[in-house]
Amino acid sequence: MAQEKQPQRKKIESTGRMMKIMSEYFYDLNAAAESPDRKVAWCTSVGPAELLRAMGFAVHFPENHAAMLGATRMATELIPEANTIGYSPDICSYLTADIGAHLKGISPLARAYPGIEAPPRPDVLVYNTNQCRDVQDWFSWYAREFNVPCIGITSPKNFTDVSEILVDDVSRQIEALIPTLEEVSGQPLDMARLRETVALSRECTELWRQVLETAMAVPAPLTFFDGTIHMGPAVVLRGTRQAVDYYRQLLAELQQRIADGSGAVDDELYRIYWEGMPVWGRLRQHSELFARLNVSVLVSTYCSSWIFPDFDPEEPIRSMARAYLGLFIVRSDTYKEQYIKQMLEKFHIDGIIYHDAKTCPCNSNSRYGMPQRLERETGIPSLVISGDLNDLRCVSDEQTVTNVEAFIEQLEERKDHA
Amino acid sequence: MTRPVFIGLDMGASRTKVVAIDDQGTLLGHAVKKSGIDFAATAAICLDDALAGAGAGRSDIAAAMATGYGRSNVAFVTSRSKTEISCHARGCFHSFPEALTIIDIGGQDNKIIKLDAAGRRQGFKMNRKCAAGTGAFLEEMSARLDIPLEEMNNLARRATEMIKIGSYCTVFSATEVLESIRHGKPVADIIKGIFYSMIQRVLEMDSLTEKVVLCGGVVAHNPYLVEMTEEMIGRPVLLPEYPQLTGAIGAALFAREEAGKR
Ligand code: SF4
Repeated sequence: MAQEKQPQRKKIESTGRMMKIMSEYFYDLNAAAESPDRKVAWCTSVGPAELLRAMGFAVHFPENHAAMLGATRMATELIPEANTIGYSPDICSYLTADIGAHLKGISPLARAYPGIEAPPRPDVLVYNTNQCRDVQDWFSWYAREFNVPCIGITSPKNFTDVSEILVDDVSRQIEALIPTLEEVSGQPLDMARLRETVALSRECTELWRQVLETAMAVPAPLTFFDGTIHMGPAVVLRGTRQAVDYYRQLLAELQQRIADGSGAVDDELYRIYWEGMPVWGRLRQHSELFARLNVSVLVSTYCSSWIFPDFDPEEPIRSMARAYLGLFIVRSDTYKEQYIKQMLEKFHIDGIIYHDAKTCPCNSNSRYGMPQRLERETGIPSLVISGDLNDLRCVSDEQTVTNVEAFIEQLEERKDHA
Repeated sequence: MTRPVFIGLDMGASRTKVVAIDDQGTLLGHAVKKSGIDFAATAAICLDDALAGAGAGRSDIAAAMATGYGRSNVAFVTSRSKTEISCHARGCFHSFPEALTIIDIGGQDNKIIKLDAAGRRQGFKMNRKCAAGTGAFLEEMSARLDIPLEEMNNLARRATEMIKIGSYCTVFSATEVLESIRHGKPVADIIKGIFYSMIQRVLEMDSLTEKVVLCGGVVAHNPYLVEMTEEMIGRPVLLPEYPQLTGAIGAALFAREEAGKR
């Protein structure tokens, strides 16, 4: 048999440090939930985490927990639990997996961190619908379950420019959260602390940007699959010193890789942009599949979504509003296409892969003609693969492999003819 | 040694196809068998049959490439495998060297592949994880109607009317079919509706360019599908001499090209 090449993926040395700070974060959350003196807030991934941190809340991110359910492949078994109580298999599989896990009393945290049994019990739930409506439904379910307040921001959507009118709207909505949060936390908002938190968030996301932009180098020193793991601190520890320190270390390691000319994938032949969510339960397989083909999937909208250049400690609340509105997912296709186009150029991309995730329409940008438009305008070929973030019943591995291999063969043909 | 032969093997989920071609690309021998559960054994039997047809033996094999679902289960290949997308494209372009839209209807999946006038792939689409429009759909319907697969084509041709199926879903479609039987509708009309639904599912996957080629086992065994497609798209369709073998022929042509580079 023709010998298939073994995949070569390089381990990132800083991973150990990241595991450590993530572990400290989870133990601290657990301690906060157990302490009578501390309060726990649950927050959506691009919700007002800065405000919550500044008010002393320990902040849990259910999306992070749901992604862990996906990555540990526990999700597919748990989703049906939520289906049976009326949450359709067609809606967000983060929501259904997470609620399913709660109903079954199961958590990946318990496996990874001895002594922790479940996510911390919330005192308040705070959402921002900038990403989707599902987060509001998800949090509302827990609000009823725990009998705690659920408040949030109902975001404008599908706009091209972040106008001052929209910033006014969201700023006011953020301000309107403060009285409830003060009541739950038992302390008034300290503006100096909010400024400090916003400054740290800004610094963290700035470093995260630099980390991701190391992939502009040829060969790229990190892949999208590395990014999905290493974005952990940018998601759950935004606004803290630990996250900032961590990204300094990671950045230095990646810069060294560039200096050594060492790519994340051996003999990088093609450079791919990933549009959409990862298939959490298949991170390893996908990463190996591309490595075997000498293909670097090196940049994504998803990982880049945690870069918020708008945070400004001088204007904390307005700049938070701007940052939450600036998010890719909440913008119009016109904006999204401009954004992707400049990324394709900046990262020297040969092809785009869209992941059409069955249960997350908001992160599936292949449904309104975008691949065709972008392909026409840039000449860069694209592939759409069907799958899901968490529900592996929607994933066909054989179809994915054939589609990806056929796509790479197409890129090869182009190169041969060029 | 007689003359060198180049082998292409298309190991589909449903059928295994092997061809032997010469250095001019002429088809010398071929074999098709159910893939079954022992892919390696089926591949070996098909290989020997195809070689026998070509009047050659294993020692005459200059190069061999595998494609299809089971492409990594084959022992005697000499080149790294390629996907069936590339191989169907190569096989069809060999027969029709011009800008093409290729529609392959297989046992488990469908593909639409677009090539420019130089044979370069412009893009492709595979059906999603669903049997709609595939051979598996037809098999399910034949089982429901209790009519052998081989008879479906002639029955469809005899239809005077057509009873359309509304659903995407194979199971719901089967329910619709049973409903029609219950209402005493002619079986031929029902089968024509089944054929129509298959083609419709495939056509809605992508837009078509001027020249359209149909290939795959389902088309090979149901030529009426070709006529229906022509009617539906309003122009003639190109059909390779061996529609079921285009993937295997493509693989053999690639094997020959790679041997030439060595
Ligand atoms: S954006 Fe998608 S994955 Fe995230 S919470 Fe909303 S529906 Fe779920």
